[in-house]
Amino acid sequence: MEAFKDKQDSNKWSNREGLKGWLNPTRYGWERLSYWLMRLTGLFLLLYFVGHVYETSNLVGGLDAWNAMLELTQTTYGHIFLILVIGTSTFHSINGIRLIFAETARGLGKPGRPDYPYEAGSLNNIQRSGIWVALILAAAAMLYGSSVLFGGE
Amino acid sequence: MAGNVQNTRRKFMRESTVMKIHYVTGLAALLTVAVHVMMRVITPFSMSLEYENVVANYQNILYSLLLESILILVSIHGFNGLRVMLLELRQDARWEKFVMLFTLTAMLVVIGYGTRTIIIVSG
Amino acid sequence: MKRKFLLARDTSEINLPRASDDTSDIVLNIYRGGPNQKPENSYDSYHVPVSRWTTVLDALIYAKERLDSSVAIRYSCRMASCGSCGMKINGIPRLACYTKISELGTHTITCEPLPNFPLIRDLVTDFQEFFDHHKKIQPYIQNLHPDPGIDKLSEFEQTPQEVDEFLQFSYCIKCGLCYSACPTVATDTKFPGPQALAQAYRYFADSRDDAVEKRLSIIDDKHGIWRCHFAGSCSKVCPKGVDPALGIQMLRSHLMSITKKPKKRLAELRETSREGS
Repeated sequence: MEAFKDKQDSNKWSNREGLKGWLNPTRYGWERLSYWLMRLTGLFLLLYFVGHVYETSNLVGGLDAWNAMLELTQTTYGHIFLILVIGTSTFHSINGIRLIFAETARGLGKPGRPDYPYEAGSLNNIQRSGIWVALILAAAAMLYGSSVLFGGE
Repeated sequence: MAGNVQNTRRKFMRESTVMKIHYVTGLAALLTVAVHVMMRVITPFSMSLEYENVVANYQNILYSLLLESILILVSIHGFNGLRVMLLELRQDARWEKFVMLFTLTAMLVVIGYGTRTIIIVSG
Repeated sequence: MKRKFLLARDTSEINLPRASDDTSDIVLNIYRGGPNQKPENSYDSYHVPVSRWTTVLDALIYAKERLDSSVAIRYSCRMASCGSCGMKINGIPRLACYTKISELGTHTITCEPLPNFPLIRDLVTDFQEFFDHHKKIQPYIQNLHPDPGIDKLSEFEQTPQEVDEFLQFSYCIKCGLCYSACPTVATDTKFPGPQALAQAYRYFADSRDDAVEKRLSIIDDKHGIWRCHFAGSCSKVCPKGVDPALGIQMLRSHLMSITKKPKKRLAELRETSREGS
């Protein structure tokens, strides 16, 4: 665009939302919230997974190394972290299954002839209910995890 | 975008193939991780983390194979997801090459490191 | 005496006039800025009288005509047909002509330029990149292998069912609201955006078009259709019921060979009509 003095200027006025576009889930409904949560939980689980692979490698060091690792992780904060892992993995899995269906146009309805108020057929409660089920199951899994980790067996 | 008739550079793998792998590894990881987690149904939680019990699990060939498949499936799925997010952040050629190399390398390192653990512990 | 006005969709009560000839004031905050403008980034506030059916565009035109003629806005048809007046209104991309002040449920209206479009000035943005993405998906019928039996001067026949497969996607007015709302477009400059991908489906699904493989290869790219994650924001903001998210997911299912494009009914129709005659 001739309106811009240089590349830096054109980047400044490119008006892209950038990361703010990813991070704000509040404006556009349940599907946008699901997108935001999938990204957050995915990153969180990847970090946990890498840590878990490292953590379990302490087996190689023998009993002492393993017990030293347990002392670090089998704490209150460790258990809270694990409960978060349980919740995020449950949500990510169930919502992921919902997305596999939705992204192949299952449960989104069929094209038709739009009429006022021009509401989108794909943003329906059939596919949306997958998000709700994922959230509910994640909460239930976290409760169960809490009962095991803090309740003692 | 692809499809330009003047673009003759061959791709390593079509994006649709990569994403099919992403979906399949996601589903498979869910099943295998569910089995991994539900092993605790067999052993009470307090006992499941004892060194001897953990090593005994690793020395069961089926369990070792389960762990190895979880390692591979979750690594592929997770690092491909990271690759997707990083590609969306910036779009110059150098960055895209860096993202490809970084995620591939990280995936191989994690798989290699985890496999080492499994092989050593399972004896 | 204060009159209460309850919106059909919004149950918040606000003090807006009940009768169409009654007016009250709202505060209209308009973004002022752009390359070579001073100051670079600010909002100007205007007190605008509104009545029951006043749209945001009406308020903007009032502000421009009577309060500050330097405000830059783009509009044309005033009836949600041309797509010119797209802007961010109270944080969400909307058409100014199609958004009533009363439905926003507040006395303070903030108008900003559409995000993800380069800014020209104030509320006016540049659509060139948006149109370029649209052109890349080859938005025209390509009938590469016409039936030799068909009369070249006649039209392509389509059944109503075949029209329904793509009709809603042809209602797109290229207003750019979906492009603004999309989280992928926010960071990915190579992503074509929901409008272009929905149009790719529109032509893919049209039984008169047979450039199936070419269309799929255009969008099968690491910055193509696979960067859509069904956030649904495009369909949420679309003022014409195009539902681009639906089109994109249907195109994706074809790309994964989960569903096959229905065989061209024209050949079948022709066969049936030949048998009948």
